[in-house]
Amino acid sequence: MTETAVTPAQPVTVDEQELAPGFIGQNVARKEDRRLVEGQGVFVDDVKRHGMAYVHFVRSPYAHAAIAGIDVSRALELDGVYGTLIGEEVAAETEPFFQIAPPPAGDLKDYALAVGRVRHVGEPVVAVAAATRELARDAAELVEVDYEPLEVVLDPETAADSGRPQLHDEVPNNTIWQGNFDYGDYDAALAEADKVVRIKRLHFHRFSSTPLETSGAVVEYNRGTGQWTIHSNNQFPGFAIIMMAPALKVGMDKLRLVSQDIGGGFGNKICTHVQLVAMCLLARKLNRAVNWTEWRTDQHTANSHGNERVFLDVEVPVKADGTLLGFKSRMIDDCGAYTRYEPLGCIIWAQVTPGCYRWRHVRVDFTQVCTNKSPCGPNRGYSRMQHLWFTERIIDIVAQELELDPVEIRKRNYIRADEMPYETPNGCVYDSGDYARCLDEALKLIDHDSIEARRRDAESRGKLLGVGIGSTLDSGTNNFGQSTLVNPELQFSGNNEVATVKLDIFGEIVVTLGTTPQGQSHETTAAQVVADILQVSPDDVNVRAGHDSYWNSHAGFSGTYASQFAVTGLGAVKGATDMLADQIRKIGAAILGAESTDEVELAGGFVRRKDNHEAALPFMACGAIVNANNAVLPLELRDVTLNCRYVYVPPHQMPDKERKYGNLTLTYATQIHACVVEVDPETGVYEIVDYGAVDDCGIRINPQIVEGQVQGATAQAIGAATHETFLYDEDGNLLTPNFYDYHVPHALDMPALKTAYVESASPFTPLGAKGMGEGGGAGLSAVASALQDALRASGRPIVSDSSNPYNRVWELLRDPEQSRRLVDVEDR
Amino acid sequence: MTEPVRGTRISVDVNGEIHERDVEARRLLVHFLRDDLDLTGTHVGCDTGNCGACTVIVDGVAVKSCMMLAVQADGASVETVEGLAGNGELHPLQQAFSSFHALQCGYCTPGMLMSAKHLLDNNPEPTEGEIRRAIQGNICRCTGYVNIVEAIAATARGEVSG
Repeated sequence: MTETAVTPAQPVTVDEQELAPGFIGQNVARKEDRRLVEGQGVFVDDVKRHGMAYVHFVRSPYAHAAIAGIDVSRALELDGVYGTLIGEEVAAETEPFFQIAPPPAGDLKDYALAVGRVRHVGEPVVAVAAATRELARDAAELVEVDYEPLEVVLDPETAADSGRPQLHDEVPNNTIWQGNFDYGDYDAALAEADKVVRIKRLHFHRFSSTPLETSGAVVEYNRGTGQWTIHSNNQFPGFAIIMMAPALKVGMDKLRLVSQDIGGGFGNKICTHVQLVAMCLLARKLNRAVNWTEWRTDQHTANSHGNERVFLDVEVPVKADGTLLGFKSRMIDDCGAYTRYEPLGCIIWAQVTPGCYRWRHVRVDFTQVCTNKSPCGPNRGYSRMQHLWFTERIIDIVAQELELDPVEIRKRNYIRADEMPYETPNGCVYDSGDYARCLDEALKLIDHDSIEARRRDAESRGKLLGVGIGSTLDSGTNNFGQSTLVNPELQFSGNNEVATVKLDIFGEIVVTLGTTPQGQSHETTAAQVVADILQVSPDDVNVRAGHDSYWNSHAGFSGTYASQFAVTGLGAVKGATDMLADQIRKIGAAILGAESTDEVELAGGFVRRKDNHEAALPFMACGAIVNANNAVLPLELRDVTLNCRYVYVPPHQMPDKERKYGNLTLTYATQIHACVVEVDPETGVYEIVDYGAVDDCGIRINPQIVEGQVQGATAQAIGAATHETFLYDEDGNLLTPNFYDYHVPHALDMPALKTAYVESASPFTPLGAKGMGEGGGAGLSAVASALQDALRASGRPIVSDSSNPYNRVWELLRDPEQSRRLVDVEDR
Repeated sequence: MTEPVRGTRISVDVNGEIHERDVEARRLLVHFLRDDLDLTGTHVGCDTGNCGACTVIVDGVAVKSCMMLAVQADGASVETVEGLAGNGELHPLQQAFSSFHALQCGYCTPGMLMSAKHLLDNNPEPTEGEIRRAIQGNICRCTGYVNIVEAIAATARGEVSG
């Protein structure tokens, strides 16, 4: 395969002619659907191999304990058990996983199985492989582990206090990372303020998107070549291989990651490299394919939670006219027992430092601690969602305490459309957007003009009605250079994604991607882009399903995460297709006797002369000539392969490590949501009676798919705001370890969602599109906002938590003063 | 004392085809379908009977196949997602799910389709509330249910042909 990696020297700007009507912008039917509605998708647990073993993990029942001994002998005696793997073997055969954190936290040891100590309930201690799922579970019951329980650390706010037990010998005060962020001139802003609003504590709770398909893998080992084939649903193969190859002490090419269909990911399937390494060791040890399919209870207990975060000593300087000048806060983030993808979350929030607002003066003291809870990992809206919820809470609390209108205060402080592209206080460049217009659209969706009448109607029925707004950003196409702001020694920056497009011998157009879609419709949208450039139908474009390292269509950051496919993935598709189109024109010009490629064009599966449409060569003939009949070609065209590989690289620069300053992502999609709730003041039970979501992700490649992502992100945010929470008891046992106790929205729980859109093309991306899909967690903000508004009539309590199940609302109704003590207003 | 019976031979009609197999007494119907018959369209999403990804129709009743033993299906007639389409034609529900973008990752889809089919088999003109009730045992983490409800309603209205 000819490889041509092209890196744009300058930001790719959008030429308006490129946006001519075609398949881009149309609701093209999904190419993925046929196999999925027929039950013919291939998810990881559908992969079967001869003699395959099923693996069950023996997991820790303690949140914190020393492992005094492990005895697997009774398990091995059971007929049909193939073998086991314990931590000591893992420690002998692998290196600890690479750590992103600088020392001392960077020195902590994280292995595929617990070595010597367990640090959270559900931590894998022993892996047992047997002939059937049931037998593996039986055998796991026979493994005897001798634990010596240790004192647990669960509260992030006291985890760093002196005298607390230490989770990792290498990590003093359980502190993974600490950093100060100081932008603008906060002291001057404070001096200039007419009023200062202080909020003692806000809390963002622990939950996760809980994809319906749990994590899993089928791993084969080839003894002859020393290569592993890893069928899995890992959603970030670029990161997984970087973590796994050094741990296994092999080259990256020894790890072939393969996936076809993935049953949702939402970030929760990024950090499965830990279990994948255990599977690799077992496959090699047993010389047998091994299947690991995570149990739902294990997914909740020990896979990947969203980060819990506390915002302490919040201070907000405000001018008399309602202009907010910025904020100050001490933030503590809890990453659970191991770091894995962390402490990247300690910088990723800074992509959206001022949220949607023109705040220029920000001072943040950010600490991340470890606790005896499930490790955290990226979760839809990763790290920015927590921060954006915080900015929206500031707005609504300030509005309530200073008796300002929540709509007006937003519009006064929103970054304006005429200020785009807008540089934030920490150097991020918001590419485009019109927040005020999105807000107007959202308010229209819920018929905001009628709110006071509806409030009175609700009162007449004994209900409290409230309206709330959530304004968030979905920042996408990471600049991995931001990792150097948490650890200056790291050698990561920029971003990339790969696609190949070829015209094969019988005229098939074949596309491969480096991504690992989990429902984001990459096959469809990639085909739309290819079809427009080659002037064919998306039906004529075969986009291979899934990901395979052996396609050679991946790079270091390949995967599906962090709202970027429409930029990076489709940027790569566009680049490769442009190359292929150029090559087809070259062949056409030569065969059709044209002087140059300017004299030919692509149309309907032909390359033809512009001056004589009858002089046309079908794509099939081009494919056949180049692949199987190339002696007819002039010598100067013998380098045409019709097999084009393109690496899209965004125009990122290195951020300034000292000042923690620079553009951390390429695009910033907007979500403005409006929510109406009715609360029963007797019980705290509430219902979302109206909901409007407005999204602006620039040019929409496929509006129906975009709307689907908006609906899904909104449902997850509403679920998290109302019922979903990972609660622990005082011993560190997870109280919501499955769908019985962890209530995700069902069809009856979801309000009717109304959606609208605004299209502010990104000036920085190949198609004017922005990454989207994570959704910024606007629903979490909108629900909190609406509840506070509804309860205003009942003692003006402060909604200070992102988790608001009925019992918490009832507590606010019962004792509003308790929450009001969190807030103080200083008049200057 | 006699040894308890640990397995037995069962005969099950799945999508019109009779399958005879020896199964362990504790084999779940979903694992019988997926692992013994290779009908992997029926999915497993939880271990508590909450998610509905494994929904099939057993003798005309929508059943979560992780909540039923294979031996209990002896002599029964089971419909799975693989049996929905016929002669290369999608079932109208399958077509509607695609047309209305009622699936993203597609993992809940087989169970969702079977619950929807059971609803329409028994209630050809459901209200929106009845549709939502019929699929409340099926969790979807991708769509927020908006388009799923629309797809089922459109099918009921006869607006979609397979």
